[in-house]
Amino acid sequence: MRSSVPEPQPKPSWLTDPQVRAWLFQVLAVIFVVACGWFLFHNTQTNLAHRGILSGFGFLDNSAGFGISQHLIDYRESDSYARVFVIGVLNTLLVSLIGIALATVLGFVVGMARLSPNWLLRQIATVYIEVFRNIPPLLQIFFWYFAILQPLPGPKQSLALGELFFVNNRGLYMPAPSLSEGFMPVLVAFLLALVACIVCWRRASVQQELSGDSGWWRPLGVGLLLAVPLLTAWALGSPFTWSVPTLSGFNFRGGWVVIPELVALTLALTIYTAAFIAETVRSGIQSVSHGQTEAARSLGLRPQQTLRLVIIPQALRVIIPPLTSQYLNLTKNSSLAAGIGYPDMVSLFAGTVLNQTGQAIETMAITMSVYLAISISISLLMNLYNKRIALVER
Amino acid sequence: MDKHVFRPSLPPPALEVGVLGWLRGNLFSSVGNTLLTLLAGYLLWLIVPPLLDWTLLQADFSGSQRSDCSGEGACWVFVRERFTQFMYGFYPAELRWRVNLTVWLAVIGAAPLFMPLMPRKPIYGLGFLLAYPLLAFWLLHGGFFSLVTVETSQWGGLMLTVVIAAVGIAGALPLGILLALGRRSDLPAIRVLCVTFIEFWRGVPLITVLFMSSVMLPLFLPEGMNLDKLLRALVMVIFFEAAYVAEVVRGGLQAIPKGQYEAAAAMGLGYWRSMGLVILPQALKLVIPGIVNTFIALFKDTSLVIIIGLFDFLNSIKRATNDPAWLGMSTEGYVFAALVYWLFCFAMSRYSLRLERQLDTGHKH
Repeated sequence: MRSSVPEPQPKPSWLTDPQVRAWLFQVLAVIFVVACGWFLFHNTQTNLAHRGILSGFGFLDNSAGFGISQHLIDYRESDSYARVFVIGVLNTLLVSLIGIALATVLGFVVGMARLSPNWLLRQIATVYIEVFRNIPPLLQIFFWYFAILQPLPGPKQSLALGELFFVNNRGLYMPAPSLSEGFMPVLVAFLLALVACIVCWRRASVQQELSGDSGWWRPLGVGLLLAVPLLTAWALGSPFTWSVPTLSGFNFRGGWVVIPELVALTLALTIYTAAFIAETVRSGIQSVSHGQTEAARSLGLRPQQTLRLVIIPQALRVIIPPLTSQYLNLTKNSSLAAGIGYPDMVSLFAGTVLNQTGQAIETMAITMSVYLAISISISLLMNLYNKRIALVER
Repeated sequence: MDKHVFRPSLPPPALEVGVLGWLRGNLFSSVGNTLLTLLAGYLLWLIVPPLLDWTLLQADFSGSQRSDCSGEGACWVFVRERFTQFMYGFYPAELRWRVNLTVWLAVIGAAPLFMPLMPRKPIYGLGFLLAYPLLAFWLLHGGFFSLVTVETSQWGGLMLTVVIAAVGIAGALPLGILLALGRRSDLPAIRVLCVTFIEFWRGVPLITVLFMSSVMLPLFLPEGMNLDKLLRALVMVIFFEAAYVAEVVRGGLQAIPKGQYEAAAAMGLGYWRSMGLVILPQALKLVIPGIVNTFIALFKDTSLVIIIGLFDFLNSIKRATNDPAWLGMSTEGYVFAALVYWLFCFAMSRYSLRLERQLDTGHKH
């Protein structure tokens, strides 16, 4: 019998050893990145020295010296760049939050309409989605701002809605509430009613568990919540006084003014993002298999209950992650404000402040880190939420 | 004995079939549904007739100046008069044949790729992909082989938009695939680098990136080295979209079962060959819709270069609406722009649907 001692193989070159290669590639990659970084850093240093720009964040304390068309906190031209930055962040958050709220509502309505048994409604929803998600958001912002809002008549010929709301080329004017002496009692009454309402709903769940019927507890809770504050307001006076915009001279006085840039930006972002949210909602609801609906119906749940207790909880699991990324997209798209001069963080801080101070690296770094912080914190929150509602399997 | 004769079957109830049945089933099946139909019909009646009136029935198509428009409806004369500017920007008029030729070469060159019976398609495709960009650059930019140079600052209009989109797609796809592979790699240093790159670019808006390209890149580069404005924007667009492509491709890579990786390794394939021959062909096929969606987003994102002052399609329209001779034409201009962007994006999304069906080998559940 021949022995099967293998021929001694030639020793493989160290270059083909996977471990050596792994190390080699990684070291090369790191060296490459470090070299690039050093190259950029070195160039920047020499360029800054040549141009005589001092790096550092000291400029934030300097006085800004320009006006801002919309500020949620007090601002004067002599205020510092740091305050300008805060105003920019607040304006970005404002337009993002309004946009997210409106786009969610509109998106859910259109998404449900796409699944409606009504043919006409379904077609309208489809056309809406296909039209608006295929047009660049910046173009939509331009359209609302330059083609719709700017040609509006001046304050004297404003379009009025019931003598309370006015639209003209300077913005949208609406009544503004301010607190009056009736506010505290009504607030206390509201809080008490809220507690009572929560107690009622708890009772309702308990009774539902015991007898299968929650009785009158739920309507009672809602009734209390509505009636108690209203009665208090009726007895002790309204909690708010309304300041209604009125035309005096060449412009309106009183009330709240929404600048046209904000109107255009909100409209465009809402309409654009809602088209995407609608598709997300549709696919989420369609992902719940038909057997679930049938099972719920055969258990005797009514269509409303089927939707609320069976379909939506399961659909949300599919809907939430893409919905989050739509919210993030909307927030990032709000930076398109730079195109029409809405004073958001990018146009205010990375635009005006950068041009005035010449501190390119610092302003860009601050702006980008704010967006990165928003993105990362929202995705962390959503991952937590996702874990909480994830399907618990064996 | 009489033979039993069945009575002929009755026709189906008139309300259940045909037009009436369809109407009843789809529009008036219940009280709520009927109300919805009426509401939707009212909405349509509010929107559609005025829209038709404005865009077509009352609109003016002929003429050459503003006074030729009645003002009742849209003034499409404006778009017609400025059409070449919208298409070519400031590209010299006598050299526009070069742009046209580039487009025709793309159409003719790519046509064989869409013929099912074409032999040696991969080789031809690869050759086309390698040769065409060089040829296109030579035709559009010129500067050697006896073509006059046209600086990129003269490029504009739809042509510039398509150039940015095409270069962006051609650069972002391979870079994105590499990044996705890097993110799934076993080598920790490579993985960390790729994750950092992807998360950075996905976390910031494109506008800030473009701002950065115009204010920070000059600081980053050695003294005297000045990159073209268009080139800077292109680099940024490629990096930005590559990060999104990478995440889409990673989804596909994760969907491939582990057995495929192991089988490829068992066949003795190395890393690159197992990826190129086994994993990527399957993974990319799975994520075609996602990739095309990214490309659609890229096409829409090209409009942002207006922020750094490039004269793309949207910017050339915006400029034209500011022209004193044509004041008040913004609606017409933006509606036309919307139509063009919409056509491109919609066509891409339809094509991706077709491709998805074509490549479906029935392995999906």
